Amino acid sequence: MSEFDPNKAPVKRPFSLQLDLSKFEPATDAEKAQHETTRESTTFFRDGMRKLFKNPLAVGSMIVLVVILVTIIVAPMIVPYTYSGMITVNGKRDKTAKNLAPFTYSKMEQEAIDSGEKVFPHIFGTDELCRDYFIRVIYGARVSLSVGFFASLIVLIIGLLYGSIAGYAGGRTDLVMMRIVDVIYSLPDTLMVILLSVVLDQVLGQSLQGTALASIGTNMLSMFAVFGLLYWVGMARLVRGQILTIKNNEYVLAARAMGAKPSRIIRKHILPNCMSVIIISTALQIPSAIFTESFLSFIGLGVQAPMPSLGSLANAARQALQAYPYKLVFPAVGICLIVLSFNLLGDGLRDAFDPKLRK
Amino acid sequence: MSENRPLVDVRDLKEYFPVKSGMLNKMVLKAVDGVSFTIDKGETLGLVGESGCGKTTVGRTLLHLYKPTSGEVYFDGKLVTDKNIGEFRKDMQIVFQDPYSSLNPRMTVSDIIGEPLDIHHLYHNKKERAERIAELLTLVGLNSEHATRYAHEFSGGQRQRIGIARALAVNPRFIVCDEPVSALDVSIQAQIVNTFEELQQKLGIAYLFIAHDLLVVQHMSRRIAVMYLGKIVEIGSASDIINHPVHPYSQSLISAIPMPDPETARHKHRIILEGDVPSPLRMPKGCPFRTRCRFATEQCAQSCPSLTDRGNGRQVACHNM
Repeated sequence: MSEFDPNKAPVKRPFSLQLDLSKFEPATDAEKAQHETTRESTTFFRDGMRKLFKNPLAVGSMIVLVVILVTIIVAPMIVPYTYSGMITVNGKRDKTAKNLAPFTYSKMEQEAIDSGEKVFPHIFGTDELCRDYFIRVIYGARVSLSVGFFASLIVLIIGLLYGSIAGYAGGRTDLVMMRIVDVIYSLPDTLMVILLSVVLDQVLGQSLQGTALASIGTNMLSMFAVFGLLYWVGMARLVRGQILTIKNNEYVLAARAMGAKPSRIIRKHILPNCMSVIIISTALQIPSAIFTESFLSFIGLGVQAPMPSLGSLANAARQALQAYPYKLVFPAVGICLIVLSFNLLGDGLRDAFDPKLRK
Repeated sequence: MSENRPLVDVRDLKEYFPVKSGMLNKMVLKAVDGVSFTIDKGETLGLVGESGCGKTTVGRTLLHLYKPTSGEVYFDGKLVTDKNIGEFRKDMQIVFQDPYSSLNPRMTVSDIIGEPLDIHHLYHNKKERAERIAELLTLVGLNSEHATRYAHEFSGGQRQRIGIARALAVNPRFIVCDEPVSALDVSIQAQIVNTFEELQQKLGIAYLFIAHDLLVVQHMSRRIAVMYLGKIVEIGSASDIINHPVHPYSQSLISAIPMPDPETARHKHRIILEGDVPSPLRMPKGCPFRTRCRFATEQCAQSCPSLTDRGNGRQVACHNM
């Protein structure tokens, strides 16, 4: 027997199951050092964001949304037309600029251009009341997006408060609160939205006269109210379900054993743990609110007359569909882009943050 | 007299849970049914019994995490009620069984350990808080640099230590250890058990040590209580219970301890119980253990035996032994 040499690999017998050490090589110093550096602490949020940015669809929809947002903020500053006023040339109303096709000019404008003046092009053409269509679509997108955001915000606040109280209190409180939710859930929502927006419009219209809120328009406010009154129930159910699951974790019991008050337990332990689900469902709520707003405007219950919204623009375009089809295309594409982007972003958020879908 | 007063005095503690079965049929699950014991300052009482016998519920009801159905808990001579439990939160703490669900995944270690400090305002400035957290981490054998990490970055044993550090943060005088080692593997178990013992020697904390591993309990405790279906059937000093169990249930439980020495194990007589544990919803009349007891008589079916003193601090609830 030769003496054992730790640096020399033993000979491997043909049928033995012993590992063939000759196939291994010692780790280099660099590799050893790599193992010693401890992994940087990563938070749940950062990890989720990293996953989100790896998702091409989510990134694409974020880019589209940013482009739309920048456009609707910047465009009214550059384009010299207003959404409610007729096109004017040298201070005179241009009655010839009716139903122009994109990038064409009316007779009066053509004359002005010929005499050496500069006229801003009508990117989307004009409508039948001689208003620039591009700026109307931009304002329409503004209205639709803000309705989407604020409605979701209202839904989020009401649903979060209601759901967390019901979920945390439990027992009889929960039972009563959730039966109320069931009742609201069982109402036909389209019908209720139409009824409420008709009723609220009149009620709010009188009480708001002269206040700062009047400038927003009673239609818009009544739309927020409708969303707030009807659509929070889904959020409340979701939050309650989340809280019921999280409440049974031992860390909540541990917090109680420490003497933490219920408000602290909800704030520090329960809400942070259901935040991802709430954010995702809010992101998915925005397109549905935009869609409902467009639908309401389409049937004439949305925002008030001179103020455009993507839905009301589409409705107006419908009447002259055969003569000027592009007028329907622009707002319709606008709605599609916004809704699709939010849906894809919401899906991406869910994939990145939902613990059940994580690999 | 105050020197002889027990730190924790539990008297006839009952915890019933309502259970619905069917539409109108309400039943009561007697998880804990009249449990009494005392724990002295700096002492460890082991609580053993099979799964589902109400050990954990005793620990949690004791701390008023569940509202007790009836019975009283005295801490240091003062009655603990729902109203004044806030005063006692600083003195009574709990370490949980599952190191995975007992730490909030969204909080860093320093937030987890710092939370009891925040709640009870136990520091004057940020620096003091950080120092205390580092001190606690060192106390339980963790690195103080771990404070900024999240709980999911640690192993089970390390997480359990974080849980212990959290319980220790308020300088408690009594800790309920709710199966603190059963979720860990054996090598880590030994470390954690030793940590508990060191802390007891250093800080003079009393423990209620709940476990189903009898060897761990024997190692840790001065006295042991054996539970069966929500009742304590035998209580006495650790060596008495392990070497000369009196109650037939304790006897079979003790005989199930695996012996490290095969020579001793060969001569040991293993008592194997027959039948299943009766459902706590349908408790047998009389002694709850009589359905599986070798010595059961008529008397056992008639009345439930109460704990009677057998000398040397031992109490047994059995008609026959």
